Amino acid sequence: MSELLEVRGLRIEAPKKDGPAIQIVKGVDFDVKAGEVVALIGESGSGKTTISLGSLAYTKPGLEFSGGSIKLKGDDVLTMEPSEVRNLRGNRVAYLAQSAAATFNPALTINEQVTESAVLHGIMTQDEADARAVELYHALELPDPDRIGFRYPHQVSGGQLQRLMAAMALVGRPDLLVLDEPTTALDVTTQIEVLKAFKKVIREEGSAAIYVTHDLAVVAQVADHIVVLYSGEVQEQGSVDQIINHAKHPYTKRLMAAAHAGPKPGMGDKLTDKHDQDTDNIQVKNMTAGYGEIVDGKPAITVLRDINMSVKNGHVVGVIGESGCGKSTLARVIAGLLPPAQGDIIMDGHTLKGLYKNRSKKDLQKIQFVYQMADTALNPKQLISEIIGRPVEMFQNLSGQKNREKVAEILRLVELPVEFAERYPSELSGGQKQRINLARSLAAMPEIMLCDEVTSALDSIVASNVVKLLKRLRDLTGVSFMFITHDLSTVAAFADEIVVLYAGRIVEQGPVDEVLSPPFHPYTRLLISSVPEMRIGWLEETMKKREMAVGIARGVEITDVGCPFYNRCPIAISGTCERVTAPTYELKPGHFISCHHDAKTILDIERNPQQVLHGFEKAIPDEKIAIIAE
Amino acid sequence: MTDKTASTEDMSVYDELPDAPPKKKIKLTWVGKLGVSVVLFWVLMVFIGPYIAPFHEADIIAYDSFMPVWSETEGEGFHLLGTDYIERDILSRVLWGARTTIGISFLATMFAYLVGVTLGIGAAVAGGWVDMIFSRVNDAILSLPSIMLGLLIVVALGTSIPILILTASVIYAASVYRIARALGQDIMVMDFVEAARVRGEGMWYIITREVLPNAIMPLATDFGLRLVFVVLFISSLSFLGLGIQPPMADWGSMVRQNLDGLGYGSYAAVWPALAIASFTISINLIVDDISASEGGTLARKMIS
Repeated sequence: MSELLEVRGLRIEAPKKDGPAIQIVKGVDFDVKAGEVVALIGESGSGKTTISLGSLAYTKPGLEFSGGSIKLKGDDVLTMEPSEVRNLRGNRVAYLAQSAAATFNPALTINEQVTESAVLHGIMTQDEADARAVELYHALELPDPDRIGFRYPHQVSGGQLQRLMAAMALVGRPDLLVLDEPTTALDVTTQIEVLKAFKKVIREEGSAAIYVTHDLAVVAQVADHIVVLYSGEVQEQGSVDQIINHAKHPYTKRLMAAAHAGPKPGMGDKLTDKHDQDTDNIQVKNMTAGYGEIVDGKPAITVLRDINMSVKNGHVVGVIGESGCGKSTLARVIAGLLPPAQGDIIMDGHTLKGLYKNRSKKDLQKIQFVYQMADTALNPKQLISEIIGRPVEMFQNLSGQKNREKVAEILRLVELPVEFAERYPSELSGGQKQRINLARSLAAMPEIMLCDEVTSALDSIVASNVVKLLKRLRDLTGVSFMFITHDLSTVAAFADEIVVLYAGRIVEQGPVDEVLSPPFHPYTRLLISSVPEMRIGWLEETMKKREMAVGIARGVEITDVGCPFYNRCPIAISGTCERVTAPTYELKPGHFISCHHDAKTILDIERNPQQVLHGFEKAIPDEKIAIIAE
Repeated sequence: MTDKTASTEDMSVYDELPDAPPKKKIKLTWVGKLGVSVVLFWVLMVFIGPYIAPFHEADIIAYDSFMPVWSETEGEGFHLLGTDYIERDILSRVLWGARTTIGISFLATMFAYLVGVTLGIGAAVAGGWVDMIFSRVNDAILSLPSIMLGLLIVVALGTSIPILILTASVIYAASVYRIARALGQDIMVMDFVEAARVRGEGMWYIITREVLPNAIMPLATDFGLRLVFVVLFISSLSFLGLGIQPPMADWGSMVRQNLDGLGYGSYAAVWPALAIASFTISINLIVDDISASEGGTLARKMIS
């Protein structure tokens, strides 16, 4: 195979007026062969995005190319004239950004946007481009491929939009495709649907690709060749087999260690005396909540239905589910940010008022909400000493020197230097900001912390450090946690109990090891088997399983009656599941499951999926195959 | 994966990324610096202008009206910028006028800000019907053309300096309110404000510690622009004869009074006009330079 892209000694730096330039990329060499997918992996700041953008002869503002060459089929893109660069971008090299939602213009139809670049570059006429787009929609296995192009971006689901962005990039038949973290922001089930489509279309089109990500398990599925980067330098590169199975460089090994091992029972710590207390800290009873005006105990849009759960003192409860299932809403209801329409939240023996404004100061102190994005959760104009000091002052009545001492103590608790008190949030890194975010909640001396996706926006290495910190905090302070995430592996390693939410209902809950071992609720099973494993060929194996194919191909449908998972469930009982609310029964003490099948049937299916599935074939009516947008 | 723990601990070099560099200070380019020096010059003149001026603003001393630049009155002194329509020294009147024009505009803008920001941020934080009433009343004020409204107030209440300041501040408080409220609403939806509310913080703390510090930069930039508008507004009123009353010198009325001189080839009207232009354009230069150094974010925020 010939070299399609040749990167030699590439240097990119950020020039500074006073002093030497900051080196961002320090002499990187790698090749992309025709029809090959090369993955650039590393944590944020490793220069992977900067390098990938270099192949488009583009640098972010404030950076410049300072050496080396990037040759696309022999032409050095770094020395091209502006007119050649225009031709290069979108025509010879196409870029796929992380967020499809931000890429599409909500005011134009999908087709207009998918074909725009090819027509603009004069590669094809509008009719040719339209035909080509439909061909790609077929290849990407989009629902209703002949007409999906006439929809607007908000009329398709996130995963579909991500695939449509691939169509946008591929429409002009580029030589090279640059994919920048295209699945990072997606749910596991959506991620595998997108990965599968990407892999198929890249193979069919025979185009080469640079795949930028920090997720090794994903790389193992799609890449042919891996380049491991750290701090702008290549640490190690080789074929996917070499890197995944025989990594040599210690940094690669460290990345592998931080990468998600699949969720399995027994990954978490055993409950120690220190944090095992058998009393309820917070209890949610028959709670229904949603948005809009509440009429007769029913909100205009119901998000959560009939929630019953509890968090015991000192325990960690993981709440998992796909985006839109109501995880964050649950935490917001408990925190008093959204009053429930029905049901009660009981803490330490008394029912809490619905809205935070009506709660006592003591109640406000006991429950602390930790936001996902530290960037918006911390006031950029306040010093860390005020951000942490204010709750200390309010809830512990400490001021002056005592307040400063307390702030220093809390900073040490979250493993940050005491000097950070005199900094602003913008002077900290992402992981450090997240620690401050946690520290602010800790400063109130809460009984329970509601952590909303606190590790989702962080790199795997930084995220695993934050989880380590959370574990330490739990042991040191005895605080309870409600840990909301879509990342099953983190929950498996950190939580004591799991609550699985689907379309606003709890489908399964219980101790971690029980929930993660058979029998599974069909949805839990889908979630668990969707987590990519760091194993070559995992994607193909998984997609062969019929229940995966069904679960992945369809979207969430929020229903008023019956089991919400009905349309994606491989073992749904036609005529029952879509009409009757699934009964909730206790499998083992504390382990509840909501399903029309009894435990024995589910276990039988687990043991012998093919045979049993056959019997339920009829349960999936064909008209249900059409995919419903989320 | 077998040496998981070992490799994780050994590799401390790969720990979290180094600390972010300290926040950069606003750096002005030469354009901004030019603006700052011109504005500083005029501010200095506000304080010392009357003392260094060769004559009093009301002194009618020259032999002739509309004397040319660099002429001399025997026994009295030179007229660096010539004389005006009733034989007064232009340079002295421009220097005296700085105090009136800039002083009044600054006070009026200050009041406009005090009222506009307090009500605007207050409405954004309070929300609900408070916001509703304030905003609709404000819309009504905004819908009136400012010069017409100004004329009306001045005609009804008479022309005195306090009335002039009051008029300008009422008119400009309305547009300040709009900006302050928009900024406030943007900040109110941030998570850190919600965190403060759930913590049980009162409205005062939220306004002064959470919202205002984040609004202050865009507001400060807008203050500069607003000051320019007020200078022009006062000058227009004076130009129409309803602003500062003679014999007090102010730049706007000086332009009007000396307009006839242009016909005789006198520059008497040009000098106060240049003073207005140099002051207002310099403020604009500073504002532009600051927003450019912030990556244009201020300008964008101010439009919204």
